[in-house]
Amino acid sequence: MAYNEKVLDHYENPRNVGVLDKDDSKVGTGMVGAPACGDVMRLQIQVGKDGIIEDAKFKTYGCGSAIASSSLLTEWVKGKTLDEVMKIKNTDIVEELALPPVKIHCSVLAEDAIKAAISDYKSKQERLNS
Amino acid sequence: MSKPIYLDYAATTPVDSRVAKKMFEYMDVSGSYGNPASRSHIYGWQAEEAVELARKQIADLINCDPREIVWTSGATESDNLAIKGAAHFYQSRGKHIITSKIEHKAVLDSCRQLEREGFEVTYLAPNKQGCIEPEALRDALRDDTILVSLMHVNNELGTINNIAGIGEITRAKDIIFHVDAAQSAGKIAIDLSALKVDLMSFSAHKVYGPKGMGALFVSRKPRVRLEAQIHGGGHERGMRSGTLPTHQIVGMGEAFQIAKEEFVSERERIQSLRERLWRGLNDMEAVSVNGDYENSIPGILNVSFAYVEGESLMMAFKNIAVSSGSACTSASLEPSYVLRGIGLSDELAHSSIRFSIGRFTREEEIDQVIEEVRHAVTKLRELSPLWDMYKEGIDLESVQWSSH
Repeated sequence: MAYNEKVLDHYENPRNVGVLDKDDSKVGTGMVGAPACGDVMRLQIQVGKDGIIEDAKFKTYGCGSAIASSSLLTEWVKGKTLDEVMKIKNTDIVEELALPPVKIHCSVLAEDAIKAAISDYKSKQERLNS
Repeated sequence: MSKPIYLDYAATTPVDSRVAKKMFEYMDVSGSYGNPASRSHIYGWQAEEAVELARKQIADLINCDPREIVWTSGATESDNLAIKGAAHFYQSRGKHIITSKIEHKAVLDSCRQLEREGFEVTYLAPNKQGCIEPEALRDALRDDTILVSLMHVNNELGTINNIAGIGEITRAKDIIFHVDAAQSAGKIAIDLSALKVDLMSFSAHKVYGPKGMGALFVSRKPRVRLEAQIHGGGHERGMRSGTLPTHQIVGMGEAFQIAKEEFVSERERIQSLRERLWRGLNDMEAVSVNGDYENSIPGILNVSFAYVEGESLMMAFKNIAVSSGSACTSASLEPSYVLRGIGLSDELAHSSIRFSIGRFTREEEIDQVIEEVRHAVTKLRELSPLWDMYKEGIDLESVQWSSH
């Protein structure tokens, strides 16, 4: 099985690899997956005062498609509002990276990760405002 | 682009050019292309002579009588014939079979089929090194046990089973003992005059012979009977019908003869390459050998690189062809049943790479592999959240993971 060019590109040159301070109130962290299943994604967003995502970082343990899915997603979410990001579907990732059926779970995981990051950010904000 | 370094000899080997040359002599119009079963002309006689010479070449490597060799299409067919053939023939004595959890699928799936036919199968658990303890086998024996099937060498780990010890137990109780020797023939010594083995499967393509060719040793003393699984013409003393593929057989014979002549020196050379490879990797953090480094055939080294996933590792190895115990490409998401079978955690099974070294591997290639592996593991660990957690001293076992 040969890899799709876009998957290879993200795998070779992953975008936005890194860590944001998870204790920062502007930062939302989502970690999904399990080592036993062969993939764990940690996706983080930093949200500006205007409600726009100003930075995103990831680290992923998993196959090339899992790495590519998370790398792609960090690129997509930057500059978007949380509502816009909530509209991103795993099928968008599947389409962009031309993932084969056995790799669809990688895109699902990426969608779960960004949703978990948003919900972490929102619960932090609620705690601050209460 | 030059082709990657081939370190997947346990999956298959290239045909040795000496073997290929020999095979060509039995194919086209300039060669001996007759049907070995044709008794009425020289075309048939020449082909038959070649087939019988090859039979002797196989027998010589494993020290048995050439009349104990039955040609098949490969180790998978040999396993099917041995297991189903013996079970069907001896079912009036009992319907219990013993095998292990880490056998090749050809054995496991044959056993599953027999279960559907009403046989009962016990799947023994190996020890941590991947061996079946003779004691564990003894404990599993029943009055109605008719067959035991265990591999000589495990294809993922390289670990060698004590088939001499197990043969003593089965022979004492007149239980048929089948051994899959696809990974051991030509790699370590096999002496069937001493081993108490009744049936043994062989493959040509793991020993620099052609794919699609194998053999089954069927003991004459004591005499072991099999019910044929393929019918049509009564070739191979009725045990396996079908026109004999002369060129394939000649290829297997030549390959086994070369193995007999060269395997002692080859074993030393490959052993030292394996040591070189492991020396180049074992000072890395969180790296471990799966199986048994000592009690192993020289060609296989199975290593887990914790906190990186096997498939992405293989993707990073641009110039290395290996295989992984990660099953990320399969629908199940479950890693290798062999690695799970020896009690390895799923995490480490997902992080495993099998390097298998062979006849054409060179020292420079091993050095290049070491460099590339170290580079890839370092790169992927920088990407791995698990590596971060490990470095922060977080126990990954204590984390509540969301399984999916």
